[in-house]
Amino acid sequence: MNCRIVPSICSYCGTGCGVLFLVVDGRLMGTLPMKTHPVNEGKLCIKGWNLHEYVNSFIRLKSPLLKKDGRFRKCTWEEAIGFTADRLRSIVREHGPDSVGVLVSAKMSNEENYLAQKFARVVIGTNNVDHCARL
Amino acid sequence: MTNSIAEIEDSRCIFVIGSNTTECHPLIARRIYRGKEKGAKLIVADPRKIQLGRFADIAVNHRLGSDVALLNGIMHVIVKNGWQAKEFIEKRTEGYEELERTVSEYTPQRVSAITGVDPGKIERIAELYALNRPASLLYAMGITQHSTGVDNVKSCCNLALLCGNLAVQGGGVNPLRGQNNVQGACDMGGLPNVFPGYQSVNDPGSNEKFSKAWGRKLSDRVGYTITEMVPAMEEGRLKALYVIGENPKLSDPDWKHLDAAIRRLDLLVVQELFLSETAQIADVVFPAASVAEREGTFTNSERRCMRFRKAVEPMGNALPDWEIIMKLSNAMGYPMSYESAKAVFNEMSALTPSYAGMSYERLGLDGLTWPCPEPSHPGTPYLYKERFLRVNGKAKFHGIAYLDPAELPDEEYPYFLTTGRMFAHYHTGTMTRVSPHLDAEQVGGYVEIHPADARDLNITEGDIVVLSSRRGRMEAPARLTHTVEPGVFFLPIHFGENPANVLTNPAFDPIAKIPEFKVSAVKAEKLREP
Repeated sequence: MNCRIVPSICSYCGTGCGVLFLVVDGRLMGTLPMKTHPVNEGKLCIKGWNLHEYVNSFIRLKSPLLKKDGRFRKCTWEEAIGFTADRLRSIVREHGPDSVGVLVSAKMSNEENYLAQKFARVVIGTNNVDHCARL
Repeated sequence: MTNSIAEIEDSRCIFVIGSNTTECHPLIARRIYRGKEKGAKLIVADPRKIQLGRFADIAVNHRLGSDVALLNGIMHVIVKNGWQAKEFIEKRTEGYEELERTVSEYTPQRVSAITGVDPGKIERIAELYALNRPASLLYAMGITQHSTGVDNVKSCCNLALLCGNLAVQGGGVNPLRGQNNVQGACDMGGLPNVFPGYQSVNDPGSNEKFSKAWGRKLSDRVGYTITEMVPAMEEGRLKALYVIGENPKLSDPDWKHLDAAIRRLDLLVVQELFLSETAQIADVVFPAASVAEREGTFTNSERRCMRFRKAVEPMGNALPDWEIIMKLSNAMGYPMSYESAKAVFNEMSALTPSYAGMSYERLGLDGLTWPCPEPSHPGTPYLYKERFLRVNGKAKFHGIAYLDPAELPDEEYPYFLTTGRMFAHYHTGTMTRVSPHLDAEQVGGYVEIHPADARDLNITEGDIVVLSSRRGRMEAPARLTHTVEPGVFFLPIHFGENPANVLTNPAFDPIAKIPEFKVSAVKAEKLREP
């Protein structure tokens, strides 16, 4: 049995508690509070203690999906990315870059937010970037 | 937050307004209790009787949306008694006369008529807050989700400045962020008007800097906010929307309106962990990796940038968000070739002055609080120590007049409705409702009703109540409780089958564009069997 403890940050509210993920044989088994963390000092709330449960949820999306005739079907990454890139390109060509909006996320990392807004501003060419800070 | 979370313990007075801290930020509430144990005074102002109020030295339930009046009333009493921090006002602020003129009109009697709070209690709050320094002011969406959201925030700042509670350890104006990386998303330029580090898109210097760094001429036109995107979709100006890790169908005000608008899009792309309400109506869905399956950094409420590490492999064919964005960018002809999240972080920190001194090595387990401009900088637990951010380094008072919420109860819609979170669930529920232990705490939606109102409406515990507003109607089982005042209903926002945003008012603050989720007018009746 291979048991590892991986430090992480709780992904619920904005408090930012330090957590430890308990990984046994490559499977996420539990969440523990980080004792030395400056924010939560070894305590967690009910959501934090159960952080691993949504990660392991069986209803997680496992494959890219494309909608055809009103139904989703599983597809490869190449198909999904190719379809999206083609559609975005033709919309930008026809209606201009400001006809596209990107909603970035308060659930993504800093790196991913940086890339997402860079994508909107450079690749699409629009400042229509926002997220749910207000909601 | 201007000050760090740990500093709450060092405050001599903690004023919580518009935040149900014990339920929504439990580990910050812990600091409040610790502060109280160390002798701090605790003031709680909230339209509902929240748990924190039971431990407070003084707790008031002011009428929904009357925050500006309450805060002006408190400042009126402080000024009248000469309790303001005269030296601080002299040295570090400007515009005091304007504030004094405005608050002079808000006598406790007048404020009492607006807020429903006893004049004696307003005087008592003023005394506790002004005479126990440093005092920390904590707020959350109860202050911001109003059509006067900016006014509310400015009033909080006025109060803190008036008593010299900014730029001091244990003080501060501390908004509690609702999502783990709201702070980071704003810092990274996830807004229509700024690049990373709040550098304006229409400032020629910043625009040139980023155009050069990214190798393309960038638009200097400020984009749409989320609240402006809805009419843009409706009028056909917005044709495609790429939604990453959000569920606007459940989190936006006025569900019906948004639903109709979003269906007019030519292309809806959703990147998600789950098939959320929004993902269900998408054309393409990208499966994203969760927090345990990738690495990166989050920035919490107190501006602390912290690393999270990969624990397990992504489920199925899911990919980290940064890899998906990279693939899409490459497919669209703008090459991106980052080896890891760390490589992205390094590019970002080189362009963002407040993060410039950070690196993965330095962040370690504890992280660093920005501004951290240089590799030797220890980070900044509280802001404005030497100067404020305005050009002359001084903070400015704003005289703020009270305005009513956009919608008040009337004969047709006689009840106030407010919305919020409950302890076991989170935002639109996509993450918590699939978690067995959290689902067990609260399975479905409900509406909180005061027993006196329930009697008038002939409703008993568990009855299905039909709520309707000018926007739409929905049903939810009744929960009778004294937490709400008579005349006020409360709906949690987590439950897609009882969507609160069918009812809420899309009126928004003219500056912040934040919708007025906290106040709308509704009518209610018991569901009749057909």
